[in-house]
Amino acid sequence: MPSLHLDDLSFCRNGTTILDGLTADIPAAGITALIGPNGAGKSITLRIIDGLIAPTRGRVRIVASAPVRRAFVFQRPALVRASALANVALALVPLRLNRAEREARARAALARVGLADRARDPATRFSGGEQQRLALARAWAVEPGLLLADEPTANLDPAVTELVEALLAEMAARGTKVVLVSHNLGQVMRLAADVLVLAKGRAVEHGPVRAILTAPQRPETRAYIAGELPWTSFAAVS
Amino acid sequence: MLQTLDDTFLRLATLDRDVLAIAWLSLRVSLSAVGIGLALGVPVGAFLAVAAFPGRGAVVGLLNAFMGLPPVIVGLVLYLLLSRSGPLGSLGLLFTPSAMVAAQAVLATPLIAALTRQVIADSEAHLGEQLRSLGLSAPRRALALIHDTRFSLVTTALAAFGRAISEIGAVLVVGGNIDGHTRTMTTAISLETQKGDLSLALALGVVLMGLVIAVNGAAALLRGYAVRAFG
Repeated sequence: MPSLHLDDLSFCRNGTTILDGLTADIPAAGITALIGPNGAGKSITLRIIDGLIAPTRGRVRIVASAPVRRAFVFQRPALVRASALANVALALVPLRLNRAEREARARAALARVGLADRARDPATRFSGGEQQRLALARAWAVEPGLLLADEPTANLDPAVTELVEALLAEMAARGTKVVLVSHNLGQVMRLAADVLVLAKGRAVEHGPVRAILTAPQRPETRAYIAGELPWTSFAAVS
Repeated sequence: MLQTLDDTFLRLATLDRDVLAIAWLSLRVSLSAVGIGLALGVPVGAFLAVAAFPGRGAVVGLLNAFMGLPPVIVGLVLYLLLSRSGPLGSLGLLFTPSAMVAAQAVLATPLIAALTRQVIADSEAHLGEQLRSLGLSAPRRALALIHDTRFSLVTTALAAFGRAISEIGAVLVVGGNIDGHTRTMTTAISLETQKGDLSLALALGVVLMGLVIAVNGAAALLRGYAVRAFG
């Protein structure tokens, strides 16, 4: 599993500072959750880690014993107007597999997310939940060393959310480093080993999930968790 | 006037051989030109939508301007190239259907490339980040986007067909409007009107409209079927 080192990351767009010297060391093991209020820079951080955008300053170091294959699951899955099978197989093109191998792996991934019987159906006709399962199948199929998931269960019903969570946990157990952005703190508690809290483009707190969610040390973290879980009273636990 | 209409319907009802021959040549020339335009214009448009390089904006601007190329200018330039003393004179293409295909292809290609670029750029805005995150190369991303937009590209092909089959300037200059050889619907309508054979001109006009409607209708049916079957 790779460990990630975010060194003084800054990112500005149209004169607005989105990341402002974000520094963090993300351990190789388990699932790391990125939490924080909207506009904190979580999604931008994931995109910079994936290389989709370049930071204005700073760098990302991915430390691993071998080159790390990456996969990204977006909040809204973007699918090509083609069959479900073709969408998953497209992700396998960079792996230089032959057509039969690509199809076999794509079918196995579809079976894993419960879409085996929909392989030939047009992906754009799938429901929102099915499209996200397909996006997960696409990530699953490439057997990534690093999976970046940007609010993958936002707007999904509880059954699909449960399936997505099971897939993320299974991938992490099989050796994939998962970095998850989520506002669902129950999900963060269920899945993550450690939590990195972002606010205004900076890392304000990083530690084990239970410590961060039940006894946050920084006022930004307390304010965010209190906003997401209004019934929480930190006065009682701190 | 009534006599002219009578004669027009008679020519249409009896499927005048001249009319059929001219219609067939027009269709052949314009469809060939659109085929060449698609083969050249779609990759160019897709490349411009996906690739980033210095001066891309200027190239796109020039391409958009070329959508409005005046057919008679295209005909004139091709005439100079293909005439006996021109650099391509040895090919012996002047006043042949091949020269007419080339002229219409020159008109169709920038139109197809510019519209393709726009269609694929819109698709790229939706899919681009996902395709880049899959680690696909720029040509492979372009191919995926062409596949994604294939139903919209049918409309692009129809626009190019409309431009090709309705133009007169380019085919008149490089084809010469030779009876039985390079006479198309538009050149024939122009000639017959000047000669005063309005019934033939009208019959050709009706057939030309019918062809355009038939090709568009067939494409719409095919597109509808494909969208229903393949998403």
